[in-house]
Amino acid sequence: MTSTVPERRRRLGRVGTALVFVVLAAMLLPFADFRLGGHDPWAELQRMASGLLSPDFSSIEALGWAAVLTVTFAMCGVALGASAGFALAPFYRFVPVRNFCIAVRSIHELFWAILLMQITGLSATTGILAIAIPYAGIFAKVLAEYLDEGDPRPAAAMPPRADLISVHFFARLPLARREFRTYLLYRLECGLRSSAVLGFVGLPTLGFSLDTFFKQGMYGAVAAVLIIYYVLIGTMRLWMRRPLVPVYLTAAILVMAAMPNPPMAPGALARFLTHDILPAPLRSGDPGDPGTWAHFGDWLWTLLAGQALPGLAATLIVAQLALVLAGLVALLGFPLTVPPVAGRLGAALGHVALVIARSTPEYMLAYIALQIFGPSMLPAVLALGLHNGAIIAHLLGRQSAHLHQNLRPDASRGIVLYAYELLPRIYGSFLALCLYRWEIIVRESAIIGLLGIPTLGFYVDRAIQEIRIDRAVVLLIVTMLATVAIDWLSRKTRAAIAPKDLRQGAAAA
Amino acid sequence: MLNFSGEALSYGRTTVLSDVDFTLRPGERVVLLGRSGAGKSTLLNAAYARMAESFPDIALIPQEHGLVPQLSVFHNVYMGRLDAHGAAYNLANLVWPFRAERRAIAPVLETVGLDGFARATVETLSGGQKQRTALARAIHRGGRVLIGDEPVSAVDERHAAALIDELGRRFGTILLALHDVALARRIATRLVGIRAGRIFFDRPTADVSDGDIHDLYRA
Repeated sequence: MTSTVPERRRRLGRVGTALVFVVLAAMLLPFADFRLGGHDPWAELQRMASGLLSPDFSSIEALGWAAVLTVTFAMCGVALGASAGFALAPFYRFVPVRNFCIAVRSIHELFWAILLMQITGLSATTGILAIAIPYAGIFAKVLAEYLDEGDPRPAAAMPPRADLISVHFFARLPLARREFRTYLLYRLECGLRSSAVLGFVGLPTLGFSLDTFFKQGMYGAVAAVLIIYYVLIGTMRLWMRRPLVPVYLTAAILVMAAMPNPPMAPGALARFLTHDILPAPLRSGDPGDPGTWAHFGDWLWTLLAGQALPGLAATLIVAQLALVLAGLVALLGFPLTVPPVAGRLGAALGHVALVIARSTPEYMLAYIALQIFGPSMLPAVLALGLHNGAIIAHLLGRQSAHLHQNLRPDASRGIVLYAYELLPRIYGSFLALCLYRWEIIVRESAIIGLLGIPTLGFYVDRAIQEIRIDRAVVLLIVTMLATVAIDWLSRKTRAAIAPKDLRQGAAAA
Repeated sequence: MLNFSGEALSYGRTTVLSDVDFTLRPGERVVLLGRSGAGKSTLLNAAYARMAESFPDIALIPQEHGLVPQLSVFHNVYMGRLDAHGAAYNLANLVWPFRAERRAIAPVLETVGLDGFARATVETLSGGQKQRTALARAIHRGGRVLIGDEPVSAVDERHAAALIDELGRRFGTILLALHDVALARRIATRLVGIRAGRIFFDRPTADVSDGDIHDLYRA
């Protein structure tokens, strides 16, 4: 299958593809709002720095409980999402199932949380479902990919009339078991990040403590929250042991069951589905009356032109700039983790910096940057660029670990080694990873609007605060379509720049 | 049981065998011979696909065995009769093997020389042991017809003969590909030589001379 787009891209080449993104970002730069807040950031920064250097653990009990709840939400959410994804994966090849999964995972956990809060309030259910719903879509996709990559021969050797469920569990699932287990652990780490961030919309996790302490200027306590968070993430592989999973899960369910449920009006779900999310003109008008539909048209147009379009534009500006920044961070950060380039000590420090940048949720980074620089696109671009750049750098560092062990013994060191030996070898993966993060960056750019930067999330948040859920739903659909479109474009571009033999391999499979 | 007349058989998209006339009648034991890449596997796969529709009680030993390396020998052998029970029974037996199933499979493992290996995962086995597991799976399945692609290629000569004899006792109708001509003569009622994408000869075993075999494998 050849289309004109990959043909053109191929002529563009890999360096050309990167240049397109850089030039696009440069063109968007004049439209980006990079004003610094009215206050003097350096004074604030100084106060922050001194606070961060003297962590204040005086409210350790409350923080400990927030940490427990963070883990609990993550475990319940990931377990539920994984189970649902597990059940959906065998059916992922059916278009309706695939589209459903794409739709639920294109909406960020925080959006799910503020939407669900209309139905289930600030409760355990909201937090668990906010993680479980998008994760179900992700798990379904990834597990389906693992199953497809598995050896098809055992299933082909099964008795002709064996039922599909038995064949699935005997001859397909065991082949993907190991990969899936590793992925589950990785997802739990993501779940911890998601769970912490849910605190920013009011759930009692570490994000909530961070938000509270920041607003009170208690930077020592902020440092304590961050330290607890890093310890939690950093030690996860030590305490997350397979035999202990049932114990943890039971405990998590008990903790969640004991959480108080806010009083919600009876029939909140029915009201939400049959009233709140219906566009206002349709809700009150008679569907048989053409005037109602004219009303609806006006309503939709005003919403799209006045909010969706500017929101989308801001989202894409932030995303494109953050993508290029992430690329830069990755290209500069990755060599810092490679001992022959940065030296042994340098590589160790580089690793620590990358671990911090990639395990701090982008939303938390943006929140902190916002406190420093004031509300503009700058903190959003910085946070997304740093976080995603660190992730790409980390993955590249892992790849090149094999590379530099296999270099010839007389290979050069330092910057020359980087420029002549490493960069040319990893550039292809670098570009593929950037394109892969592109869609994620767009989704994150939208959500960062919740912090007051006018991307799509800003308009969604405003609609919800005005209790205009119908508008929020339309804006979320726009967000979803944008994410899906970028995902499609990214896949096309990745396919076009893949080495020829790889591309043929993919076509054969 | 099976009848190809003038058909072209392909592997993936490339036609490997053209103008195939081939018949398999109940009670026959047919062995395919030919240089590697001649199209034996293609003929076997086509035969299996065709026969599986009308004879669901067909047993198969595919090339490369088609085992699940992560599961135990017991489970891999049990999978030969995955169609004998409903999904619920199968899944329960996957999580916690039933004693009845263990007892049914133990003698089969003894037959193929895998005594005491029931709990071992297949990925820890040697090549010969893996092949014996695939044999055990087919024997456990049983049925009227067996199709096997080099079912004893990884087993030493003496055991290979014993295992082939065992297959001959267990299955009424057999269609195999073998590279060992002596073994083929031992079991087959009919020998089919495949050469350069065509059937080169198709005769009762006694009517195939060493000269025919020599011509078949000639470069």
